[in-house]
Amino acid sequence: MKEKVILHCDLNNFYASVECLYNPQIREFPVAVCGSPEERRGIVLAKNQLAKKFGVTTGEPIWQSLQKCPKLILVRPNFELYLRFSGEAREIFSRYTSLVEAFGIDECWLDITAICKNERDGERFAYEIKDLIKEEMGVTASVGVSFNKIFAKLGSDMKKPDAVTVITREGFQKQLWGLPVNELLYVGRSTNKKLQRAGIYTIGDLAQATPTFLKTQLGKWGETLWCFANGLDESPVHRVEYEQTIKGVGNSMTLPRDLHNEEDVKTTMLVLAESVARRLRNHGLKGKTIQIYVRDNKLSGCERQGMLEKTTNSSYEIATKAMELFHDTWDWHLPVRAVGVRVTGICPDDEYVQISFLDDEGQRQKREKLESAIDRIRDRFGHYSIQRAVLIKDKDLSANPVEENVIHPVSYFR
Amino acid sequence: MRKVFVDVTAKFTKDGCLEPIAFMWENGKKYEIDKILDIKKAASLKAGGHGIRYLCKVRGKEVVIFLDNGKWFVEAL
Repeated sequence: MKEKVILHCDLNNFYASVECLYNPQIREFPVAVCGSPEERRGIVLAKNQLAKKFGVTTGEPIWQSLQKCPKLILVRPNFELYLRFSGEAREIFSRYTSLVEAFGIDECWLDITAICKNERDGERFAYEIKDLIKEEMGVTASVGVSFNKIFAKLGSDMKKPDAVTVITREGFQKQLWGLPVNELLYVGRSTNKKLQRAGIYTIGDLAQATPTFLKTQLGKWGETLWCFANGLDESPVHRVEYEQTIKGVGNSMTLPRDLHNEEDVKTTMLVLAESVARRLRNHGLKGKTIQIYVRDNKLSGCERQGMLEKTTNSSYEIATKAMELFHDTWDWHLPVRAVGVRVTGICPDDEYVQISFLDDEGQRQKREKLESAIDRIRDRFGHYSIQRAVLIKDKDLSANPVEENVIHPVSYFR
Repeated sequence: MRKVFVDVTAKFTKDGCLEPIAFMWENGKKYEIDKILDIKKAASLKAGGHGIRYLCKVRGKEVVIFLDNGKWFVEAL
């Protein structure tokens, strides 16, 4: 059977590259795209190569970046423009294959097996695509070429910016096994710690451990990561638009100040729950599992999840469960600085539901009608035309994540 | 190089293309486009933008005009 040829294309320093293209006067300076320091979203969303040299990192608070680089130019994000670029990149990819799978706004996998006639075609097409992006869009991309998605992504991570890296079946051990294990897809902070405790520091260490041992450390996940490290991932490139993937809907916020009590956390949860609920309703969906994510002011955090008895897209039910999880989890060792709420276990909202005599179904339906009416008022008169009284009390914590942020997380596993 | 947004008179061809015919410059004068030499998708690193790039002949000189998300701009010295 013909070997697959998979590309992973990653637009370099995406938001910052777009801003530098549109503002020639800032190109020679270190630039960071970030939420306003005066408002709540004061973290770095993207930085250019010059800012990177100063040690500015994505996700860090702006004040920290300015300490490293006092002359850092801060630019507000323009998500509409970034989405336009993302769509144009996908149009370029579609000239080569219909098997294009978005992995976020600035990354895609492409399966170009069908158009490759020989061993060199993969690399040749990768260079073509990279050069088309530069010529037509004015931004650069790194492209990884390999026989599976995992290695293609590792390839695109290896050389930045504006480069092509080929990872072959014969050479992957030499090229990849020396890399730190946390560079492998889905080895996050927590998994990395567990692996290091088990003496696994590189992708090679992981590959050469036994699947049985990894399963004792990480469960079934351990076996999956072992496959990844050994080039055995066979997952296909799915035809997926960036917007279409919905395994879950979530929102998170970094707050403008530390939160010291449950009342403030409840306000934030309500804001996030309203956004998540609205987006679920917009997509005609409901969910059953509520996940929360909480970080303290040292940026260390935890995640918890719990299931509801019935699927929901009600902000009240989502927020209530989220607060229950928070109350059971947080010991207030440190104040809270970031909160996230996510709903998974998604299904269409018109699915039949078994109702119970024990529940107040009438109350539930009243709440659904109320939230639907609020949606219609906001459609006509704006998000802030109608609000919960508790949110008016604290303008700092009030937000409109539905309209102010349209970048949704995506999952590798579909 | 400057990015100068301009009012453009354009025509829709029967093939579905959009072609500029004339533009109004900063000095208030209307300049007719004698000939379109090249049309392609491109970025303007000099002016700062991207879209459809029209290389045009205007009164004997080459002028580059971009259509960027519905707005026209000229790469100007």
